[in-house]
Amino acid sequence: MTTKLFGEPVQRREDARLVTGQGHYLDDFGPGALAAAFVRSPHAHARITDIDVSAALDVEGLVAVYTWEDLPGALAEPLPLLIPHPALTHGRTAYPLARDIVRHVGEPVVMVVAEDRYLAEDACALIEVEYEFLKPVVGVEEAVQGAHLVHEDVPGNVGAHLVQEVPSREGRSAADAIDAAPHRLEFRLDIERSASMPLEGRGVYARWDAGDGSLRVYSSTQTSTSVRMAVAAKLGLPLPKVEVIAPDVGGGFGVKIVHPWPEEILVPWAARTLGREVKWTEDRREHFVSSAHERAQVQHVRVGFDDEGRVLGLDVTILHDHGAYTPYGIIVPIITSTQLLGPYKIGAYRVEFSSIYTNTVQVTPYRGAGRPQAVFCMERTLDRVAAYLGKDRTEVRAANFIGPDEFPYDQGLIFQDGRPLVYDSGNYPESLRMLKEMVGWDSFPEMKARAAAEGRRIGIGIGCYVEGTGVGPYEGGHVQVTSDGRVHVSTGLTSQGQGHETVFAQIAATELGVPIERVSVVTGDTRRFGYAVGTFASRAAVMSGNAIALACRKVREKALRIAADALEADPRDLEITDGIVHVAGTPSASIPLATVAVLSNPLRYAFDEEAKRATQFSGTSAMDRPPVDEGEEPGLEGRDYYSPIRSTFASGMHAAIVETDPETAEITILRYAVVHDCGKLINPMIVEGQIHGGVAQGVGGALYEKMVYDEHGQLLNASFMDFLMPYATEVPRIETAHLETPSPLNPLGIKGAGEAGVIPVSAVIASAIEDAEGIPIDRMPISPSDLYTLRLRLAG
Amino acid sequence: MSEETTRYLVTLVVNGVVREAAVPARRLLSDFLRHDLGLTGTHVGCEHGVCGACTVLLDGEPVRSCLTFAVTVDGHEVTTVEGLAGDNELSPVQRAFTECHGLQCGFCTPGFLCAVTAFLRDNPAPTEEEALEAVSGNLCRCTGYQNIIKAVHRAAEIQAETQGRPEDRGGRA
Ligand code: FES
Ligand code: FES
Repeated sequence: MTTKLFGEPVQRREDARLVTGQGHYLDDFGPGALAAAFVRSPHAHARITDIDVSAALDVEGLVAVYTWEDLPGALAEPLPLLIPHPALTHGRTAYPLARDIVRHVGEPVVMVVAEDRYLAEDACALIEVEYEFLKPVVGVEEAVQGAHLVHEDVPGNVGAHLVQEVPSREGRSAADAIDAAPHRLEFRLDIERSASMPLEGRGVYARWDAGDGSLRVYSSTQTSTSVRMAVAAKLGLPLPKVEVIAPDVGGGFGVKIVHPWPEEILVPWAARTLGREVKWTEDRREHFVSSAHERAQVQHVRVGFDDEGRVLGLDVTILHDHGAYTPYGIIVPIITSTQLLGPYKIGAYRVEFSSIYTNTVQVTPYRGAGRPQAVFCMERTLDRVAAYLGKDRTEVRAANFIGPDEFPYDQGLIFQDGRPLVYDSGNYPESLRMLKEMVGWDSFPEMKARAAAEGRRIGIGIGCYVEGTGVGPYEGGHVQVTSDGRVHVSTGLTSQGQGHETVFAQIAATELGVPIERVSVVTGDTRRFGYAVGTFASRAAVMSGNAIALACRKVREKALRIAADALEADPRDLEITDGIVHVAGTPSASIPLATVAVLSNPLRYAFDEEAKRATQFSGTSAMDRPPVDEGEEPGLEGRDYYSPIRSTFASGMHAAIVETDPETAEITILRYAVVHDCGKLINPMIVEGQIHGGVAQGVGGALYEKMVYDEHGQLLNASFMDFLMPYATEVPRIETAHLETPSPLNPLGIKGAGEAGVIPVSAVIASAIEDAEGIPIDRMPISPSDLYTLRLRLAG
Repeated sequence: MSEETTRYLVTLVVNGVVREAAVPARRLLSDFLRHDLGLTGTHVGCEHGVCGACTVLLDGEPVRSCLTFAVTVDGHEVTTVEGLAGDNELSPVQRAFTECHGLQCGFCTPGFLCAVTAFLRDNPAPTEEEALEAVSGNLCRCTGYQNIIKAVHRAAEIQAETQGRPEDRGGRA
């Protein structure tokens, strides 16, 4: 049995329960709980003039009906603005239940609690809300005209405005650099809305214990620690009386990092008020109209470049549609504007964004979080530069790459964590070389010609990105070895299917020298670990992985100290293999970790045979020292935190070959190749799975998914029937290769991998379609009918 | 008693065991399994028949339990994900999904497992095309499907290896 597991494709320990139906997702809890349901606004913008609940009161099994007027104290205030920023001058958040005005279809107005969900929905259907219509503001360009306002006190519907400018090395501004450049281009790009759309929606289940005045909340969330603080604050409960647990979560992809959702504080409040268990499980339509979307941007680009295609100046103006509220601040447009530069060094850069209110569902991070838009912008730009100069697209990219010897590389911007955007490591030319070889880039023209001879249209596309991963502020890990030799690992951040139980166990087993079967991992349970930030920004492995490794190192050091005492050896001569501490080269001089755990905790009372060794008459403790020596603590356990100076920067490059049907404009992806660099791999099987899933979501975003709002602010495709997520038949086989450029910033040398797959896909597909068709592609997604129309327009 | 609350006794065989519960006519089979019988392994992703997460086997054939009223399956036989494994052993399909990393969050997985179990029973040696077809009625937001398709083939392999041990073939209660 080997204990060196870091880097191995270890099979997932989550799977045994998940393939047998033994997982516990939110709605699997609380079989007898009361059910909550919500009356939601059917209008995008309206004033509530009356709420009549009387007809609902006769519904059998109805327990309670609440409107905003019923909410006490802090619960009646607007939800928190989670990430304030000086540029967010007009941040606005919703009330948990609408107060006077509704600002998007789906906003909760009335909460109903009944014996089961069917009855709760019966009651909802009988509640009459009267509205006076206000003019809905839909579409970011209409919104910015400011003719009608989403929030009366936000002029021009502008929530935030931010400019970042990095002059060239010679001190030239972007505008000057562009004007002075030998060549210039100017164009506009459009990016549609999409959404995380996990297969499991949101959900909350709360139990109030009147006996000890404590509250236990289960939520399908990406941050249980922060939900806990929000619930305690909103309900006026002491923090230690509230525990929040993220159970098995059926996917998140960003949407579940937003908190507290209205339901996340209303359900616990109702549970406490009613003294009963209450649960709310989101249905699919609710998820479409009342959670969060992402992506939508309009970008205006000006670029100046030289004969080699080197970008001398780049100026990007972004209109970002953030929907009706800004609980998550302006993180998405900040990421777009800072990650836009990718693996390139740009002469001078200026980026300006306005983040705009519309009467639509709020916009918060979805896997990629602003980067797909950024990469679409940069890569479309470089493709245009190449086309203008008649150069190979990869040559233009290579001409702009940051060299492998130029790290750390400072882009001169402030990143989403408020810290300088400094790349830690990478090897972009090598990635490009690997990708070109994998996809056969240099021989593609012949392939294209052969296809053309058969009357087929094919094209090849490329997209490169750099992703800031593992953002701070911190995560922690706790590791305890119990007297049965088992290792209990916990961390505060949550899991949504990334296999954390497996990779964290791999780290702990490797660090401690124990068989992985003896390691158990708990994530996202505030009863086990109270300090954490959450799972987002491809940060879990980097943050909690390193924190757990550091905690294990503390435990190991202590174990060796105690074992050295017991074995009368020098701790430096000791090793741990298969859970046994032994003198290197002398396996007989050994002591099991289990026994070390026993000895670490001096006892008065024996509870089993093993424990007798640590009791006061056992003769194991030295008489000249206190049983727990100065600076020591009882127990074989350790806790540590990892808080990096700044983010790690993973990178990658994708290429695709697509075929477009000359008649029907149908678009088929023939090949999809990925070169990915996330530093050292903990579990290559899991990293590959993350890439596959990301690329599939990227394909959805590039070809199929959009949120179709009409001029009244109605979401026309709020179902899986009409919002087209890819099935197996739409996702190409994905070929992957890994480059491992370790991060110098953390002990394990790792970078995050969760979001990477999705980031460049729209850019890659657009590039390939453009190559096949010979017409510029400037919006995503692009459907066959879009392409067909585009052909007609350009032909006419 | 209103139409909404009048209860009807539904008796059926679930995973080889006779179960019964009195439920209103409008109770969906998915809710019946999950909330009345406590078999929460069957998941609900859309409740409008598109995602396939709620797929169970009704008399051996895959159906969307969110589009089926519980009262209509009175007297029938249902297999859910909880009934796929043998006594102490995962079914070939369950094993294959694990080996091939065919699941991440696991929410869609019960639907895939049921659909693939029925598919391989009828078509034990599928071609690439047939395997793709077999899983193309179910949505997964995590895996990108590549490993799911791999798992279909791997399951066929395991099933072939364990032939002659019919009790290992799984799927039929
Ligand atoms: S829940 Fe039945 S098909 Fe989606
Ligand atoms: S594994 Fe998460 S939806 Fe399929």
